[in-house]
Amino acid sequence: MKIPLKLRVNGDEHELVAPVQKTLLEVLREELDLTGTKHGCELGECGACAVLVDGQPVLSCLTLPVELQDSEITTVEGLLDGARPHPLQDAFAELGAAQCGYCTPGFLVTAKALLDQDPEPSRERIVDALSGNICRCTGYVKIFEAVELAAARMRGEGRRLGPREEIPA
Amino acid sequence: MIVVDAAGTSDFSIIGRSVPKPDGLPKTTGQARYADDLKLPRMAFCRLLRSTRPHARIRSIHTADAEAMPGVHAVITGRDLPVIYGVLPVGQDEQALCSDKVRFVGDAVAAVAAVDEDTAERALDLIRVEYEDLPSYMSIEDSLSKPGEPVHVGKYGNSHRAAALQFGDVDAALEASDHVFEDTYFFQGNTHLPLEQHACLAQWDPAGKLTLWTSTQSPHYVHKELAKALELREDQVRVIAPPVGGGFGGKLELFQHEAAAAKLAMMTGRPIKAALTREEVFYCHRGRHPVLMWVKTGWSKDGRITAMDFKSYVDGGAYMSYGAASLYYTGALQTVCDRIPAYRWQGVRVLTNKPPCGPKRGHGTPQPRFALECHFDAVAERLGIPVLELRRRNFVKPFSKTINHLRITSCGLEECVEIVTREAGFVQKHGKLPFGKGIGFAVGAYLCGAGLPLYWNDMPHSSVDLRLDRSGLVSVSCGQIDIGQGSDAMLMSVVAEALGARREQVRLISADTDTTPIDLGSYSSRVTFMAGNAAIEAARRLREVLLVAASEELDVPVEEFLLADGRLRRRDGTGVELSFAELVKLAETRNGALVASGSYKPPKLAGPYKGSGVGPSPAYSFTASIVEVDVDPETGWVTVERVWIAHDVGRAINPVLVEGQVEGSVYMALGEALMEEQVFRRGLHKVPSMLEYKSPTTLETPEMRTFLVETVDPEGPFGAKEVGQGPLLPVIPAVANAVYDAIGVRIHETPITPDKVLKALAARAEGKPARYGPTSLPEYTFPRLLVVEQPAEWASQEAHAS
Repeated sequence: MKIPLKLRVNGDEHELVAPVQKTLLEVLREELDLTGTKHGCELGECGACAVLVDGQPVLSCLTLPVELQDSEITTVEGLLDGARPHPLQDAFAELGAAQCGYCTPGFLVTAKALLDQDPEPSRERIVDALSGNICRCTGYVKIFEAVELAAARMRGEGRRLGPREEIPA
Repeated sequence: MIVVDAAGTSDFSIIGRSVPKPDGLPKTTGQARYADDLKLPRMAFCRLLRSTRPHARIRSIHTADAEAMPGVHAVITGRDLPVIYGVLPVGQDEQALCSDKVRFVGDAVAAVAAVDEDTAERALDLIRVEYEDLPSYMSIEDSLSKPGEPVHVGKYGNSHRAAALQFGDVDAALEASDHVFEDTYFFQGNTHLPLEQHACLAQWDPAGKLTLWTSTQSPHYVHKELAKALELREDQVRVIAPPVGGGFGGKLELFQHEAAAAKLAMMTGRPIKAALTREEVFYCHRGRHPVLMWVKTGWSKDGRITAMDFKSYVDGGAYMSYGAASLYYTGALQTVCDRIPAYRWQGVRVLTNKPPCGPKRGHGTPQPRFALECHFDAVAERLGIPVLELRRRNFVKPFSKTINHLRITSCGLEECVEIVTREAGFVQKHGKLPFGKGIGFAVGAYLCGAGLPLYWNDMPHSSVDLRLDRSGLVSVSCGQIDIGQGSDAMLMSVVAEALGARREQVRLISADTDTTPIDLGSYSSRVTFMAGNAAIEAARRLREVLLVAASEELDVPVEEFLLADGRLRRRDGTGVELSFAELVKLAETRNGALVASGSYKPPKLAGPYKGSGVGPSPAYSFTASIVEVDVDPETGWVTVERVWIAHDVGRAINPVLVEGQVEGSVYMALGEALMEEQVFRRGLHKVPSMLEYKSPTTLETPEMRTFLVETVDPEGPFGAKEVGQGPLLPVIPAVANAVYDAIGVRIHETPITPDKVLKALAARAEGKPARYGPTSLPEYTFPRLLVVEQPAEWASQEAHAS
């Protein structure tokens, strides 16, 4: 059975008709062509499909869009400010915190929710906030560092990367 | 990160600088399009019907009901895809859809194309398959001893590949040794678990051309296998790899869904998408082989190795995949860290009714490295020699030959050991930490690309085409595929440095068998070494053309020019300066089109014996690691608190990415050491989901300190060696050795789970050996030993060493 849906995604209003059992993940990717949101398991185990619903990270593979018609949904594409990447997007790219990149959108939106709440999170807080997202490439270290770099830049602090190299902000 | 330059710096403008990956922002902004993100008009969806039996003959397949279902475009079976194929020439044993029998739960028997995935899935329910069950083999012991029809009927039955090699007189050397020790180990199988589930999109052009976009680490091998499976000429098939969401060795050959989607595209005239579920990815596997190992070593009283005798029993799963190579790799690189004057290796790969094993990060090397490094740790204690002391007496030397004919060039093993032991305070801590706290040490070595391709040929392993545009843009074309490791960034840096362009002027076209020249794929840590060298050759050719043109035009000798970072200047600082674009315009005006190619083929290094094709590499990377653990003797829980790791990468082309590869290797090693296992119950995978198959999260991430050692390899691109796989090797045994240091029990089996720790502690409490692990070997007679002459250099090398 198909039902009409009104969704607000990344500030855009969408009216569409989709099968009622389709998850938010499927509707984002297949109906709205927002393929930046990825899937790693479709069972709520890996965090790759995380998006923000009213600023909070949710697993889009376990969410039905019919429940979200009054909400603001933000995907990785919506983190950009116009053409300007979010500081998290820049920092992840610069530090190699996105290797294969498949888990990255989920990490980015989860980290954004954290930084919106706590502009200067401790390493422990970052580790805890990202513990529901699995990454198989990086060993997480570069991800922690990228979140810290982005947070510092958002607070207006320049940051050196290491003894060998400085990437300009 | 600290980079230790063991060979002196050189004057580079780009090499050695940490620069972002070109695919960084596309991946962080959601713009990168992976295989499952692709969509074409009229696209239909493919689902596969997979076997529910581990080993059964197919009596019949009834597809009429599925074919009649509304929304179904086509249903195919093995009749439509009869060709037997395999990635190795000696391993032609797979069929895209099984006709005669199924060999593991998950083997595909039919495929449906339908308007959407739900319809395709429902149609699968309407296909009826009648099976006749056969005895199934679920372990090495089963496979070697249980009677019945083997997994593949052939000359050797279930023990389908075996080898026995001897270098030097091992028995005499053992006999003459002051001490002889032996141990038995088991390395459990585990899987790659890339975040991206395999997906592909196939399109048929009725003029006779098939295009397959697929998540693969080797467009080239998929190209060859697909053409064979579809009975098309190779030039009729085009394979394109979009960005790949992680591979680790798990996407290196043709998969059943790729062949089925391609065939369905040819039959229906529609583009066909096939995207696997996570459960299917677990069953496709091709991951780490479970290996049972026995090692015996002889020692002189001053702690020098006199001989090594090693046996590997390798559980291959249901098909060959890369298995012949995997088997030999369990015997090849034992000799590359420690000088072993007499060496015997005997190995057998057996077939079982489980998903096929294949290459995973380190390919066949982590298992014996685990056994050896744990064994050496135990030997040091038995000899009463501190482990570092013992190891240092035996390390290989740079620019030497091993007894099994492997050529070692640059080698920073000593430097790596020096750094990690100093930084970790190993000597002060080892054996001296309180009960429950421990520190462990291990080393490793790995290939910088396999010396031989998978199928015999003398052609290049990698080629790069360069084209200069009058805008100053440098277009680089290469078949290599970036699977996240940073090979795109590597090529950009290498080309820009060698050509003298700015890095931002370099654009890449990759991983398309129609439009890019050959690269064999992202495996065996080969891309930096091989594509990097091919790129340097092409860039130097063009650089020469540019400089000669400028020299003639400006009447300045070529040697007077400096061309770097997008500027042409005179060394003495006089005269005009040209931008790279101006230089290109000048040269294009004089010479016409500015194109050049380069290629790379490893030197012929294989020794004079059958099986010598596995092991040779143009260079080896070296790594040393130290791990500190906390072990709770009440629960058996092992927490890795700190890891120090030093890796000899030859030269760090892009240090931030090199460091990322080291950290990722440490992470994957910790997963294998502590929790990851691919295990089965009555033919079924016990943990085929990301929740149940435990892998480390942020919460299990220890403090990591990474050190890069630069030895500048004479044959590596700007001296670079590999980094994607080698750093995994020492970490797993270092964890096991740290556990021993913490609580005094040896865990001879991965993963080191709490139950094994508790069982070992209980055994010790009962006065039994304080260990957990295998205690016996299966009955099996290895083939007749192939006795190999020592390398010509061996005698003089030994005389020089003593």
